[in-house]
Amino acid sequence: MTGEAASVIEADGLTKTYKGDVRALDGLSFSVQAGTVFALLGPNGAGKTTTMRILTTLSRPDRGRASVAGLDVLARPGKVRSAIGSVSQHSGSVGLLTGRENLTMQGSIYGLRGRDLRRRVTELLGALGLAEAADRQARTYSGGMRRRLDVATVLVHRPTVLFLDEPTTGLDPEGRSDLWSVLTELTSAGTTVLVTTHYLEEADQYAARIAIVDRGRIVAEGTSAELKAALRGDSVLLELDGADRAAQAAKVLADLPTVIAAATDGSVLRARVADGPSALPAVLSSLEAKGITVRSVTVARPSLDDVYLHHTGRSFHQAEGIALS
Amino acid sequence: MTTVRQAWVIFTRRYLRELYRQPVVIFMALLQPIIWLLLFGALFKRVSEIPGFGGGNYVTYLTPGVVIMTAMFGSSWTGMSYIEDMQTGVMDRFLTAPVGRGALTAAMLAYQAVTTVVQSVIIIAIGWGMGATFPGGAVGIGALLGVSVLIALAMAGLSNGFALLTKQREALIGASTTLVLPLTFLSGAFLSLSLVPHWIADIARYNPVNWAASAARLAVGSHAAWATVGSYAGFLAIAVAVTAVTATRTFRVYQRSM
Repeated sequence: MTGEAASVIEADGLTKTYKGDVRALDGLSFSVQAGTVFALLGPNGAGKTTTMRILTTLSRPDRGRASVAGLDVLARPGKVRSAIGSVSQHSGSVGLLTGRENLTMQGSIYGLRGRDLRRRVTELLGALGLAEAADRQARTYSGGMRRRLDVATVLVHRPTVLFLDEPTTGLDPEGRSDLWSVLTELTSAGTTVLVTTHYLEEADQYAARIAIVDRGRIVAEGTSAELKAALRGDSVLLELDGADRAAQAAKVLADLPTVIAAATDGSVLRARVADGPSALPAVLSSLEAKGITVRSVTVARPSLDDVYLHHTGRSFHQAEGIALS
Repeated sequence: MTTVRQAWVIFTRRYLRELYRQPVVIFMALLQPIIWLLLFGALFKRVSEIPGFGGGNYVTYLTPGVVIMTAMFGSSWTGMSYIEDMQTGVMDRFLTAPVGRGALTAAMLAYQAVTTVVQSVIIIAIGWGMGATFPGGAVGIGALLGVSVLIALAMAGLSNGFALLTKQREALIGASTTLVLPLTFLSGAFLSLSLVPHWIADIARYNPVNWAASAARLAVGSHAAWATVGSYAGFLAIAVAVTAVTATRTFRVYQRSM
């Protein structure tokens, strides 16, 4: 092996417009190295699911090309399907079948049979903590169990690339960390994992690399540390008396020369400055001059939130609000 | 070969298990035809005395018609199962696996054939209990079951394709309720075509439901005209092939819309 590790997923200039001129993807490109967890991070409506659908052969782009495991997804969808496992936003498991039956059916579809199939199914159910629930119908599972069943089911044919669209949405914190530990383990065995998420903390904590998706494009990509390090300066978080006050304060700060960017998230105002400690007095006095009371102040190194703000001009939660409205 | 094996896997490992665990779906579709059988049987008890009907017992005339109507009615809802699969992610699960789209259609049609046979047998038994006679014997009843399966599969193919196109419960309910009843009444399912207005009899000649109802009635009658039964069955088989291929192709349209 020389130089970089081979990339297992390649998306190149993906563009897709839905009926009614809704542009879902606008020249989206990225690549994922083998054996890593790669997260597509963005609010609802950014284009994450459309990207996943194209890469898993469910949908076709208007323009651009993509390959998975070295196979062109447009030219050889059948081969791609044999190489991947894909968990969509909705469960995908059959509720009236037991966990074991779901896995067995999936395995049979891929041509596994007999003792090999039975052994593989039992092994996966055990690995995902479903041994005890194996013979209960999937509709009786909790949200977290159902997600683990989804993952177990699409692993039955030993795919080299795993796609999960918002796998942790709707799970409790314990369910989320359980699922992430499963995914991390898979990558140590060589599987490549592409996930979408709208949880900043998750991408920050678990993904080897993150691509920020905004309005159908990748606006920034790198490890969490790289993305944050690329931002100069510090982050100042101000807690104010409600969202209106925060909005008012944001306008005031935008006029200060030391403030690079400012955005609100509820009653919290998030401002990025070149040097936190030295900018603070000017920030506070300008707000005081306008009669705006500051409840608390924190100075921190930039977080992923700041990275998002920097690249899109909106705070992450604000963007989600827009996407949802 | 792979397609056949995959269809068999999905049919046995999914649909038959689901049916076994939720047998009520078979009976839900039976409620209405049973009411029809009882109601029409009583209401039109003496209709068969009208000249041109050929005499005999009206329930004997009615039972094959209700069998066909039930087969068509039940299978017009099969698309619901696809719509549910779209909403629960099961459809995506299948479509991202190397499953031939033909296998998905075939598994669904096999399932529909099983439920139709069970439903038809129940209706035949009820009709018999009400006094219907089947001079054609076991062979005739076997042919009736076969014809009911053919009309069911043609309708199921239509319903599946429609579900893939519209992706909406409401649209399928609307289409099913507007299609099934008129097709039934524009056939000889309830009344001999010699007694209906000419224009209805003319339309009925091109109505697959009438092909099925006529073939069914001939098959269970005495001295069945097997050549006629066979040609109706042939037309129905062509209808099944056309709708099944169309439904399978519609997966592409469905994916393009995503």
